[in-house]
Amino acid sequence: MAEPVSNITAQMPRAKLAGLLLFFLGPAVVIYTLFSIYPLVATMALSTYTSDPSGARSFVGLANFETLLGDALWSKPFWNALGNNLIFFAVHMCMQNPIGIALAGLLSLPGLRLKGFYRTVMFLPTMLSVVIVGFSWNLILSPLWGVAAGALKAVGLGSLFAPWLGLESSALVTLSLISVWQFVGIPMMLIYAALLNIPEELIDAARVDGLGQFRIFFHIKLPLVLPTISLVSVLTFVANFNAFDLIYSVKGALAGPNFATDILGTFFYRTFFGNQLQLGNPTMGAAVATVMFFIILLGLCLYLFLVQRRIRRYAF
Amino acid sequence: MRRTFKAAMGAELAALALLAGLASAQAGSLKIESWRNDDADIWNSKIIPAFNKHYPDIKIEFAPSAPKEYNAALNARLDGGTAGDLITCRPFDASLALYQKHQLDAVDGLKGMDNFSDVAKAAWQTDDGKTTFCVPIASVIAGFIYNKEAFAKVGASEPKTLDEFHAVLEKFKKDGTYVPLVMGTADQWEAATMGFQNVGPDYWKGETGRANLIAGKEKLTDPQYVAAFKEIASWAPYLGSGFQAQTYADSQNLFSLGKGAIYAAGSWDISTFRGQAKFAMGAFPPPQPAGTTDCYISDHTDIAMGINAASKNKEDAKKFLEWLTTPEFAAIYANALPGFFPLAKTAVKVDDDVAAAMVGWRQTCKSTIRNSYQILSRGTPNLENELWNVSAQVVNGKLTPDAAGKQLQDGLDKWYKPAK
Repeated sequence: MAEPVSNITAQMPRAKLAGLLLFFLGPAVVIYTLFSIYPLVATMALSTYTSDPSGARSFVGLANFETLLGDALWSKPFWNALGNNLIFFAVHMCMQNPIGIALAGLLSLPGLRLKGFYRTVMFLPTMLSVVIVGFSWNLILSPLWGVAAGALKAVGLGSLFAPWLGLESSALVTLSLISVWQFVGIPMMLIYAALLNIPEELIDAARVDGLGQFRIFFHIKLPLVLPTISLVSVLTFVANFNAFDLIYSVKGALAGPNFATDILGTFFYRTFFGNQLQLGNPTMGAAVATVMFFIILLGLCLYLFLVQRRIRRYAF
Repeated sequence: MRRTFKAAMGAELAALALLAGLASAQAGSLKIESWRNDDADIWNSKIIPAFNKHYPDIKIEFAPSAPKEYNAALNARLDGGTAGDLITCRPFDASLALYQKHQLDAVDGLKGMDNFSDVAKAAWQTDDGKTTFCVPIASVIAGFIYNKEAFAKVGASEPKTLDEFHAVLEKFKKDGTYVPLVMGTADQWEAATMGFQNVGPDYWKGETGRANLIAGKEKLTDPQYVAAFKEIASWAPYLGSGFQAQTYADSQNLFSLGKGAIYAAGSWDISTFRGQAKFAMGAFPPPQPAGTTDCYISDHTDIAMGINAASKNKEDAKKFLEWLTTPEFAAIYANALPGFFPLAKTAVKVDDDVAAAMVGWRQTCKSTIRNSYQILSRGTPNLENELWNVSAQVVNGKLTPDAAGKQLQDGLDKWYKPAK
């Protein structure tokens, strides 16, 4: 009978144990430090500098942050981007995750045929390049040659069509829904995997007790996959507040009309890299990136302290 | 032991030889940074071979990036020391900043620089006009390109005044076959560049107004600027349905498929249309507002080329730039890329009829460059960005012309203090 690992390590000489740890953890620590921690710290350091026209940098402390949050020239677009980002996130939470859960629930129904086919088809958009997704939806929704106008007309709803991507009132929600369409596969897959983990006996017992599929889902399955759902929510939060590519590929760095689709990612890009005649401002851009990091950190802390600790996990 | 030593020596020698080979290849080669990835073919098949007839030993690689990413990518490569030897220069501040950071060399000493007028060089000079850091290549002209078949069908002729222009648009609207005016606002810049900056110079008298704006003698809230906004606001009823979501590529397709009558154009569109449109095209300059006699066109200095200060092969780079100042290059460039007009003083014959018409406007109208480009887009908020935003909103009907002028001027006032 093999000895438990903890016993083996406990009996090891210290030096040997340290060597072992270094061997297993070393590479990961090095790579993580080099490509994650160092850039993060460097960005934060850069955000405390400013540069003059000759490119020389000088230390200014927190002045960039004061400008960003205190000067209306910077704070207005910043709050606008943050507000838009919250809407972007809200649409994902209200649409992407419930739809993902529902699809996972349907996929895990016993006796469903062509499961693999549905799963693949629904996951497919997630694997597409954002540029392709943006381009396709631009075409689909185009008032000139898009199929959306024709399709609505065919069912007698032609009057409902509007150039959604071009209107201040609807552009952001439209883009959010495009993103939902693309990424709905991720919550679906994660929750589907969690649902498969639920032991058959529990479901069978519920069925014996006379519950239908619908109530089994709501009273048995859903509570058991709650930890996964909260994980999915956190992933959505982080992804949404780092989002950039879809907006950039569809609306450009100026995120029109009138900055209605400007989110933190595009705001950061414009600040850091510039746009047309606007020159990039790396130090100010680093300040924006740092604020984005803290916003995400704050969100994660709230989640850890308010949600994560209260979730009950079941071991099967 | 001996044998392994010998083998190692051999390998080392081979490696050294290889390195030497690479180095010698580097000595006679140049890499060009550019955002004109559309023109890669022309550079590789026409321009570079023509240069190589004079200098067969200099190998040139044309390495373009996507226009949207060019500035960011170039800056990153310059900072990282991996940029090419020759840098295609954006006009004004983007390149000026590179010169100030000592990433571009001055080019005043080059042979042939006197082939360019001061206006042509202005976009690549220090504010005092004393140092030039890029060799001007080409400018682009804004105006209107129209579908001759469509004009024949409804019996319209080229409008000279804005009243005639509106009458023609109205005619097309009544007829219903064509989208009267092809322009979208989804990408925002068309409304500014092909709208405001296209018809505007007639109102603010071209260079006069531009200089006054920089000197602080005119404000963007003045009647001439508001009137230009009023004009583009009046285009909305004649644009395609859903123009708010019509992208620049949509507009190009709409017109080249023959579904539009008039296209608010930049001369750079000509080559695209030549490849795709099957109908005869013509061009007319921005129609004049009532009561004006002089005409002005947006003849915007757009492309130049300079030397990367960190280049290891400046001698050859200089040879290439000197060749760029010759009439030979101008003739190749103008005809290979109709719509990009050489800036050299020597006149070049342009074969393409639409391009020839547009460059012909230089004889009858006065040239000016976009008024937001020099000095005025240096601060925050950036005037050019603001101009895109408000122009698109004005055409969309979301912002009144007066409010547009006010927003621009307010933004400018926040940071810009005209020199007294």
